[in-house]
Amino acid sequence: MSGYFGSYVVVGILLLAGVAIFAGGLFANRLLRPHRPTADKLTTYECGVDPVGDGWAQSQVRYYVYTYLYVVFAVDAVFLFPWATVFAAPGFGLTTLVEMFVFLAFIALGILYAWRKRVLAWT
Amino acid sequence: MLEAVLDTALRLVLIIGAFLLLPLLVGQLEHKAMAHMQSRLGPMYAGGFHGWAQLIADGVKFVQKEDVIPAAADRAVFKLAPAVALVPYLVVMVVIPVGPGLYGVDLDAGIFFVLAVMGVGVLGSIMAGWSSANKYSVLGGMRSAAQLMSYELPLVLAASSVAMAAGTLSLHGIVEAWQWWWLPWQAIGAVVFFVAGLAELRRPPFDMPIAESEIIMGPMTEYSGLRFALFMLSEYVGIVVLSALTTVLFLGGWQGPLLPGPVWTLIKIFALAFVVIWVRVSYPRLREDQLQRLAWVGLVPLALLQLAITGVVKVL
Repeated sequence: MSGYFGSYVVVGILLLAGVAIFAGGLFANRLLRPHRPTADKLTTYECGVDPVGDGWAQSQVRYYVYTYLYVVFAVDAVFLFPWATVFAAPGFGLTTLVEMFVFLAFIALGILYAWRKRVLAWT
Repeated sequence: MLEAVLDTALRLVLIIGAFLLLPLLVGQLEHKAMAHMQSRLGPMYAGGFHGWAQLIADGVKFVQKEDVIPAAADRAVFKLAPAVALVPYLVVMVVIPVGPGLYGVDLDAGIFFVLAVMGVGVLGSIMAGWSSANKYSVLGGMRSAAQLMSYELPLVLAASSVAMAAGTLSLHGIVEAWQWWWLPWQAIGAVVFFVAGLAELRRPPFDMPIAESEIIMGPMTEYSGLRFALFMLSEYVGIVVLSALTTVLFLGGWQGPLLPGPVWTLIKIFALAFVVIWVRVSYPRLREDQLQRLAWVGLVPLALLQLAITGVVKVL
């Protein structure tokens, strides 16, 4: 377990352990549980009345604009991480600080624009 | 070689033990603290002494329950969703240090790894919401997705502020670099991170996606038995992980006077878990538009402000 990717082997083992816990729990469940399905039991729950129409009903998604906003800003934010580890290293100092304010200004301007366009409001 | 393997195995066993035990402690704390805040007693019967075995009894009950999958559901996705909600939190625990040298592995992309994997957990609730073929669940799943979108950004920005302060992404390195004066310095970031984390866990007052009195547990409406229990477990593991991350990133992890390091870490984790419970009892649920507004108009600008403060203090 050495080298850069060696430590991710441990992460992989833990992932497998998590899957095993899930599978083991459900296996124990299978041994212990009753199984008596009836048509009524398997209907979709809708507060006790018979379900109306399809479960995947159409609805207006009001917050789809947030998805765009998120994608734009998250892509920006990803670049923060490699930058964050070196920005105060000797020789960078003020230059990177100014760059940071340029970055912040871009994001702030984006949010201000979205706010001005009223996409942050519900209606 | 053998020694290294045994060492790793011991660490993993301890992590899995914490993964199975700590959520139960937090759950029991929630039962009792919430009850007393509401002038009730909470569980008193199971196990004899103040109902200490209540959650074990619940587990024994859940494992014997029938596994009902609605006829209309998308079976494969429906069955898989609880695992997708639960397992990422276990994987995140591998990088959380509880003391000097006490961690599963020390990844040098620590924070980045944690944020990426925690985002996967929310997919479980979106999968559950869509695959149930139930109107409440679809609504709840959509709301979960919208909430993840909005609160991931302040979470990432607040976390990167700490990375800037410490000059490393490794969680172990961050705690080692931590000084007491980081508390006021990173205070805004800490609040933003904790609040955004609460929203990502869909805990009250950010529980619009599961709102039991409105859309009947949202994505979990159709779930019963052990699969439902696993969703509940993932919520409580989520509380542990969020409290632990806030502790490690903002509260100095194992650093503290007198007591040994791991004890300090646990004290801080449980204090934050208590705050999570306290907030649940104290605040009414935010409406969906208020939720989105808080993220974009409140938390994101605050996180940007924190980045500016961190940068200026660090360089000057």
